[in-house]
Amino acid sequence: MVTTLISIFTIFVLLTAFVFIMQDRIHNMINTFIWQSSLLAAATFLTALNTGKMELYISATLTIVLKAIIIPYLLRRLVIKLNIRHKVAAIKYPFLLLIGAASLVFFCYQLIVPTNNIIAISMAVMLLGMLLLITHHKAVSHIIGFMSMENGIFLAVLLGAQGMPMAVELGVAFDVLIATVLFGVFFFQLRKNIDSLDVDRLNLLREDVE
Amino acid sequence: MDHSKIWLTIIQALLFAISAPLFVGITRWVKCQLQNRTAPSVWQPYWSLNKLFHKEVLTATTTSILFRIVPFLVFSITLVIAATIPLFIINATGSTFADVIVIIGLFALIRFLLALAGMDTGTAFGGMGASREMFVSSIAEPAMAMALFAVAMMAGSTNLANIISHLTTYNLYFSPSLILAAFGMVLVALAETGRIPVDNPTAHLELTMIHEAMILEYSGRYLALIEWSSAIKLMLYAALINNIFFPWGIAHDLIWDDVGIGICAFFCKMVVLAVALGFAEVSLAKLRLFRVPNLLGVAFIFGLLAVLIQIIGIN
Repeated sequence: MVTTLISIFTIFVLLTAFVFIMQDRIHNMINTFIWQSSLLAAATFLTALNTGKMELYISATLTIVLKAIIIPYLLRRLVIKLNIRHKVAAIKYPFLLLIGAASLVFFCYQLIVPTNNIIAISMAVMLLGMLLLITHHKAVSHIIGFMSMENGIFLAVLLGAQGMPMAVELGVAFDVLIATVLFGVFFFQLRKNIDSLDVDRLNLLREDVE
Repeated sequence: MDHSKIWLTIIQALLFAISAPLFVGITRWVKCQLQNRTAPSVWQPYWSLNKLFHKEVLTATTTSILFRIVPFLVFSITLVIAATIPLFIINATGSTFADVIVIIGLFALIRFLLALAGMDTGTAFGGMGASREMFVSSIAEPAMAMALFAVAMMAGSTNLANIISHLTTYNLYFSPSLILAAFGMVLVALAETGRIPVDNPTAHLELTMIHEAMILEYSGRYLALIEWSSAIKLMLYAALINNIFFPWGIAHDLIWDDVGIGICAFFCKMVVLAVALGFAEVSLAKLRLFRVPNLLGVAFIFGLLAVLIQIIGIN
């Protein structure tokens, strides 16, 4: 029963990863991120119930506090400060992107056939985060992609090995938090220099060799 | 063939037709409550239908005989589908020919007839509505087929009765492909029944309307028949989702105790779904027409993934 629930939550995390890819509004992306993190925390909590490991309870609390409350709050504040709340970041080829996402999921399944399908799903979440990083042009969606990848890795470890050692976990959690703060500073610099958050425009900065 | 089973099929279809306006009424009531408006009674759709049946029929002079027979054809095809889809009992007579491909085909036939009737009037709205309906359904139909094929592959049969009875053997069974197919199916159902992210069911004389634009010229009892059949269609999709993805409590054979439980479970699930639909309609915004393919693309990809995962074969 608990294992089934964990698997269902895992599938829902995959669905949120799909939502990220098709979403072009920053505001909705942050909301989806809250959903993804909460589902992850729920899966962690259930694994903790199943195995009775104390670390996993701490890890679930950490996930919900950091990834579902603090980081979304920081991102929201960043978005308001940068005044891009209502900006739309158009996706160039939505269908192509979807087919790419589907083939990534398929690839993960092919790879992990002999073992376990929830591992395949968590790996797919990771790769879909990577796809988001590659295809979206706005810097703020890149943070979400990065966090989604991190969530995928966390999920894979959780389902594959019942969680990381506490020291590693704490380290990663603070890294992610610091990364969010640093991204904020980076964005302000980016906008000051190229007057946009579109990372494609960074290409303009190179010197032309003639 | 057993006579009681034939009667059961007929009763099932009629019960379906009679309760369909109630489903619409509950959805509207939930929406009104959430938007802080004074809600009409849940029986309001019945009174509206009754009013329309007693109104005079006006048809445009440019229309042909096709325009007048389409409402009857559409209504009867809808009733046929209602008789074939297992509602609260799996082994009724109708379910022997409840093949998913046939059902997808019958839904397509309804759309085809309505589009023809829309174009028959020769007005700008009719043609526009028809072309938009075809545009949406040309993407929604493969997505629905994929989602249904995924469950058909699980059961090893395209017969809906076999599929449902196969799925009832799992109790809250986890399968990624089932969940993906369910999400795909929900998105398709929203598009096909013209609910809010795709089309606004309460639209009247808006430039963005799809289904309503197509049937704009209908009046009187013709309009009543079309409205009634679209209410039944909404409930048919709801029943498909309910019975395939949440087949709890459905009766297998004609045993009275089981049938009683089946009817109760069915109507409870329907009310839950109606409330959920009301919530979804209030919280979502209507999409721009050219964004609809993205939504349905997601549905198609979910269906495709469900099938692929089934092929790889770890459940």
